[in-house]
Amino acid sequence: MAAAKAFDEIWGHGGPDAPRAEFAALAEWIASTPPEELARRQQSAEATFRQLGITFAVYGESEAAERIIPFDIVPRVFLPGEWKRLSEGLVQRVDAINAFLEDIYSGDQRIVKEGIIPPELIYLNEQFRPEVNGIRPPHGIWAHICGIDLVRTGPDDFFVLEDNARTPSGVSYMLENREAMIRLCPELFREFRVAAVDSYSDLLLETMRSVTPGPGKSRPVCVVLTPGHFNSAYYEHSFLADSMGIELVEAADLVVDDDIVWMQTIAGRVQVDVIYRRIDDDFLDPLTFRPDSLLGVPGLISAYRAGNVAIINAPGNGIADDKAIYSYMPEIVRFYSGGEAKLPNVETYRCREPDALQYTLDNLDQLVVKLVDGSGGYGMLVGPTATKEMIEAFRAALIAEPHRYIAQPTLALSTVPTMSEKGVAPRHVDFRPFVLTGSHGVQVVPGGLTRVALREGSLVVNSSQGGGTKDSFVLMEDVPQGQSQGDGGMQQTQVGS
Amino acid sequence: MLMLSRTAAALYWLGRYVERADFQARLIEATVRLDALSARPAGEAAWRSALSVSYTEEAFEATGQEMTQANVVRFLTLDEDNPGSIVRCLDMARNNAKAVRTALTRESWTAINRAWLLFHNRRNPGGPTAVLNMVESVKAETRGFEGAVRRMMHNEATWLIQLGAAIERADNTARLLDVKYHLLLPEGEVVGGTMDRDQWTTILQTVSAVTAYRWLYSEGLSSANVIDLLISRFELPRSLAACVDEVVTLLSQLARRTGLQGEADRMARARLMRIQKTRTSDIIVAGLHEYLGAFIKENALLDSAIARQFRFI
Repeated sequence: MAAAKAFDEIWGHGGPDAPRAEFAALAEWIASTPPEELARRQQSAEATFRQLGITFAVYGESEAAERIIPFDIVPRVFLPGEWKRLSEGLVQRVDAINAFLEDIYSGDQRIVKEGIIPPELIYLNEQFRPEVNGIRPPHGIWAHICGIDLVRTGPDDFFVLEDNARTPSGVSYMLENREAMIRLCPELFREFRVAAVDSYSDLLLETMRSVTPGPGKSRPVCVVLTPGHFNSAYYEHSFLADSMGIELVEAADLVVDDDIVWMQTIAGRVQVDVIYRRIDDDFLDPLTFRPDSLLGVPGLISAYRAGNVAIINAPGNGIADDKAIYSYMPEIVRFYSGGEAKLPNVETYRCREPDALQYTLDNLDQLVVKLVDGSGGYGMLVGPTATKEMIEAFRAALIAEPHRYIAQPTLALSTVPTMSEKGVAPRHVDFRPFVLTGSHGVQVVPGGLTRVALREGSLVVNSSQGGGTKDSFVLMEDVPQGQSQGDGGMQQTQVGS
Repeated sequence: MLMLSRTAAALYWLGRYVERADFQARLIEATVRLDALSARPAGEAAWRSALSVSYTEEAFEATGQEMTQANVVRFLTLDEDNPGSIVRCLDMARNNAKAVRTALTRESWTAINRAWLLFHNRRNPGGPTAVLNMVESVKAETRGFEGAVRRMMHNEATWLIQLGAAIERADNTARLLDVKYHLLLPEGEVVGGTMDRDQWTTILQTVSAVTAYRWLYSEGLSSANVIDLLISRFELPRSLAACVDEVVTLLSQLARRTGLQGEADRMARARLMRIQKTRTSDIIVAGLHEYLGAFIKENALLDSAIARQFRFI
């Protein structure tokens, strides 16, 4: 299948002996470093991750559910020009996502009124939250932290696979993988001018402070809200709070009194201004969302509605990254930005439409079929590698509830050289860059999370399904000697009002 | 930034559990030696007393196992069902550490995580040599943790961990002395009568005080001196006096920084003044068991006062 003709980001189509011209030096490094040495460094990185407790829990595995995500030592590299185009597309897309959410929840719903999106797709969507309808978040920003999942099929062919505008995770891997690479492969950083990623925490804190509600507080209290240390992404929650120097709180630490959010400290209550929550909407506030939730903070949404606290990302964002809405993203970008989307979508068949459903049913063995509300690689059919039984199971499900599914062609995802049992070999990858939006504008941190499908030929990169991660280098433009190094690929624009 | 109440509680308990794991290791080490090396093998009685010191005699009997070294050692080190086993202590310590990772340095966290990784999957402690190696590495790990904590910023996080450890250590030393003293005093004997050298050495070994004893007392091993060392000598870090003193110091450091002062400080200071004035000979005359019982009770009351003062949730 796709593996044979896939574009390799380092080796191009020519294989290890004829790499892409810009990557000759990296190909040489891969070829000349003995595989045992690469394996040794990789093991050393993984040992460190285990010692630091950079683990995740796999839901459904009862026993010893703490695992580390496998780390691959061969980096993935973006050229300065590639990165520049990518970040422009990302900024445009995230601007559109924010404009869309504003329009839907606190604006005139222009996009519906003008017939761009069918109203039932929004108002009958489980991800639309009537509970927050009419609330305008502090500074009018909804999606402060976006993780946009990208795939690539050729040198200039990037596609958005999925938007994550709720609580995208994985940024701690971007930072920890870089730490490991600097320690284990210092020669690469001498050879290449790699843009630094470690400013992420500072930028995130700046973003949080910039959306403090009300008149300028000089020292707003910002916190990270975690479901607790049994959550699969707890390491990341603690890592982020730690690197920003702010409190990591659980719901039990917060109380709402008279529409003010307080945290309970050893010296009594302290008012909280900005909450970066890593809890889903459903569990945020039992008075507003699920009443059976023990995780939430009763009254939080009321405080938010009163404008006394900023919640990052805003509740209700699921309507923007829902897979059914995803298929309209090109139209959404065009509607709010006035231009064509610089980053295209993967071609998507909305099974709710009869023609698309028929096409999907006729070509199940060629397509990837996804639940519109699924994530983590669950509830997904990869046609070319699926068994007959799986295909027939999906066929039945599609006929029963077509509106719950979308289908996409199986892309020849790009590969990156990766350690395998048989030495370094091409493996499929995807990419999640992180985009921050504060009241000062939109910023893309020059790096991201590269996920790699470690099994030969596999296209599924999710960590819960055996995927691994790699460091992602963004190379900086060469600057004449003596000039400052600047911040590399950082993009910054003003948010539209 | 003011510390969360939940964080304060977790740090305090982190300190307590690490100290408890360390004490269990020392207790096992000393008992293995006593059992193996003494001229008159102590056998079952030695292990019964080890269980009794850690308040787990009944829990062990409930398992229906025979009171052999192998069974008791496994129970005290690796038994997941014994809340006082080393593995469970490390597990609780790590859970608390994990819940407050942001209040710890990377070094402190990795120290406790590494200790947990070393032991949590072990099933069988092995023979006496393997057991001694294991307790040695538990001690090394807890020392590593204490070292890492000392290198954290000198602020309320560090002090709360150390406060938990000091309260726990005071309790451990008092129980060790109480149980051993009971066992050591055969019926009809009075203090100062015949005594079992090996048993007293065991107590000193458990608190790493064999050499300290030689430094401080010239007249050879006597029970009154061991009691004096473990209760009244401020030089010995595990003595009651040293723990009591440390608690006062830590509480006043916390008070200076957080402004929180109250009942816990008053209780701790009163206790320090009393121990400064107490003479070992008076304790022995009035009854060591009664003295230690009252100390353990007061220590528990102080623990509750601390929880109230720092609004533990």
